[in-house]
Amino acid sequence: MTRANEAWLSLVESDEVWSLRLYVAGQSPKSLQAFSNLTTLCEEHLTGRYEIEVIDLVEDPAMAEHDDVLAIPTLVRRIPAPPRKIIGDLSDTDRVLHGLRIGTGGP
Amino acid sequence: MAFSQAGAAYQMVTNGSSDSVAEIPKAPTGIGGLDQVTGGGLPRGRPTLVCGPAGCGKTLLAMEFIIRGITEYEEPGVFLAFEESAPDLIANVASLGFDLAKAQADGKLVIDHIDALSGEIEESGDWDLEGLFLRLGAAIDRVGAKRVAIDTIETLFGAFSNATIVRSELRRLFAWLKDRGVTAVITGERGEGTLTRFGIEEYVSDCVIVLDHRVTAQASTRRLRILKYRGSHHGTNEYPFLIGETGVSVLPITTFGLSHNVSEERMSTGVSRLDSMLGEGGFYRGSTVLVNGTSGTGKSTLAAQFCDATCRGGERAMYFAFEESEAEIVRNMRSVGIDLQQWVDAGLLKFRCLRPSLLGLEAHLFDVQKFVSDFEPAVVVKDPVSDLLRIGTEADVSAMLTRQVDFLKARGVTTLFTSLTAGTQPGRADQQLSSLVDTCLLVKTLEGNGELNRVLYVLKARGMAHSNQIREFLLTDHGIELADVYVGPQGVLTGSARQAQEALEVSDGQARAQDLEQRRVNLERRRESVEAQTAALWREFEDEADAVGRSLSHGNTGAEHVAGQRAEQGRLRQADAAEPSPAGAAVGVS
Repeated sequence: MTRANEAWLSLVESDEVWSLRLYVAGQSPKSLQAFSNLTTLCEEHLTGRYEIEVIDLVEDPAMAEHDDVLAIPTLVRRIPAPPRKIIGDLSDTDRVLHGLRIGTGGP
Repeated sequence: MAFSQAGAAYQMVTNGSSDSVAEIPKAPTGIGGLDQVTGGGLPRGRPTLVCGPAGCGKTLLAMEFIIRGITEYEEPGVFLAFEESAPDLIANVASLGFDLAKAQADGKLVIDHIDALSGEIEESGDWDLEGLFLRLGAAIDRVGAKRVAIDTIETLFGAFSNATIVRSELRRLFAWLKDRGVTAVITGERGEGTLTRFGIEEYVSDCVIVLDHRVTAQASTRRLRILKYRGSHHGTNEYPFLIGETGVSVLPITTFGLSHNVSEERMSTGVSRLDSMLGEGGFYRGSTVLVNGTSGTGKSTLAAQFCDATCRGGERAMYFAFEESEAEIVRNMRSVGIDLQQWVDAGLLKFRCLRPSLLGLEAHLFDVQKFVSDFEPAVVVKDPVSDLLRIGTEADVSAMLTRQVDFLKARGVTTLFTSLTAGTQPGRADQQLSSLVDTCLLVKTLEGNGELNRVLYVLKARGMAHSNQIREFLLTDHGIELADVYVGPQGVLTGSARQAQEALEVSDGQARAQDLEQRRVNLERRRESVEAQTAALWREFEDEADAVGRSLSHGNTGAEHVAGQRAEQGRLRQADAAEPSPAGAAVGVS
């Protein structure tokens, strides 16, 4: 196991609060589905150390420029760095965990 | 019932196609030439696909469409860039004289750069591109955009692994753009065997423009073709286009048509004898003249004299020289008494001296169009067009010159091309050019008596009662003069032979005059002698007539005398009175 991965494990296992941002478009089914799937997943894997910011692009389209968001829904892992993007309704939990690098090792 | 409906539909279709007013509304692009070949612009409120290989100029075309919309048609625009960043785009077009930053500040332009490819994107479950729609919609609303350019949308296929979703979302995007009523230009990279790499042309069905970039004979030419334009007529040719100092210029080949106004007005050639050779007054205004000739025959001088005459009349002339510099031309023409400098100083004459190899053919055509548009001359001289053959094939040069002639004719510019021919055969370009031009003059040298003399004749002059005679072409210290040549049993005589012949004719004339006088004198003498002889004959005749008269009267008296004598003798004899005696004698006796 490399030193980077050791550091990463300690980070995942640390108490650092994960900052996640979910871009949605109004109350569309996919957006609602994504939010629901995300909270379930976070409760299970990041209990008590995550925060989710939901940004509705219908209300504030200019926010799309921040993370070059095109697809809806888009989940952005802001902290820990580096940022990572997962798109879709997050129904495939394995892919979300892989995208967030939870339990897989590596940044 | 079904038949009648079909009939009605057919009626509608034919009405629609025959009536040009019924054509779909168009948004002029403002790009030189493109509006001509599209018959007025891109379909308004619909998306147009512009596709081609890398470096063919599609980004610039899309950008210029947006910029011209803002600057010329008061239509704000949005440029959605997937490839280049906004600062890059601004810098790229600044060199073409477009100030994007100002347009942005004025609230007429949004340049939105989306870095779709940054970082890896994990896909989990269903998604759509609503973010793109919202973002684009917000940009359109911000400036009230009427025009949208998306460059290059296919980048999205690289950003997302689920191509099925991208495809269906693009289909939705183009429908959405139509709904929004914006006139859109979408660029696409050309694929193998397809117009675009991911086949997005199937979503854009209204108008498809294909750009190409080819290198022939080391000269690269960009070409544009309108592959399809639903609901509109359009040019189907491949049109060369250029990226010049002022952006994209499409060069229509036949768009000008043959419908230019025709002028009856004549323009003096500057050589009065030439004017009279061409009927009365010189070239028609707006016509195209070709001066063909071998090297050193005075083609340039003829061209310069034409410019001189034009400027003297207060009109502007533009001289495109491919072989000499302005200073050289001015000096050389001064030596034959043509002062061009005064017209340059007066702003009536402009030179553009350039080796043709510096520009490509298309760039040259564009260069001429630009200068002519700016300077608005009445006369354009290109000296010599045969030089253009160095930078292009015959077909290319002739196609370019055709477009150029059309362009100049449409503007009513009188054009004089000179063309260098090798030997006596018409040059390569001339054969093609000859059918293009209205008037063709041939200047050539005749060798004889150890001299080379120039002669000029009018090979063709459309619509003019022109002279069929050869004239000697003299370069004097006061310009060109034309002299009659001597045509006699020895052929055409020019130069000193002509002068000698003229002298000969003069002395011949004198001899003839003397001879005539001599003959007149002789005739007079002969007349005198005839008169004398006649008089003598008359005298002879009269003498004879007298003599005859006299003899006649003698004869009568003689007979009486004889009868009297006989009667006397009878009396004297007193013999037989019955002695027969002729006539009165016997009667007299009884």
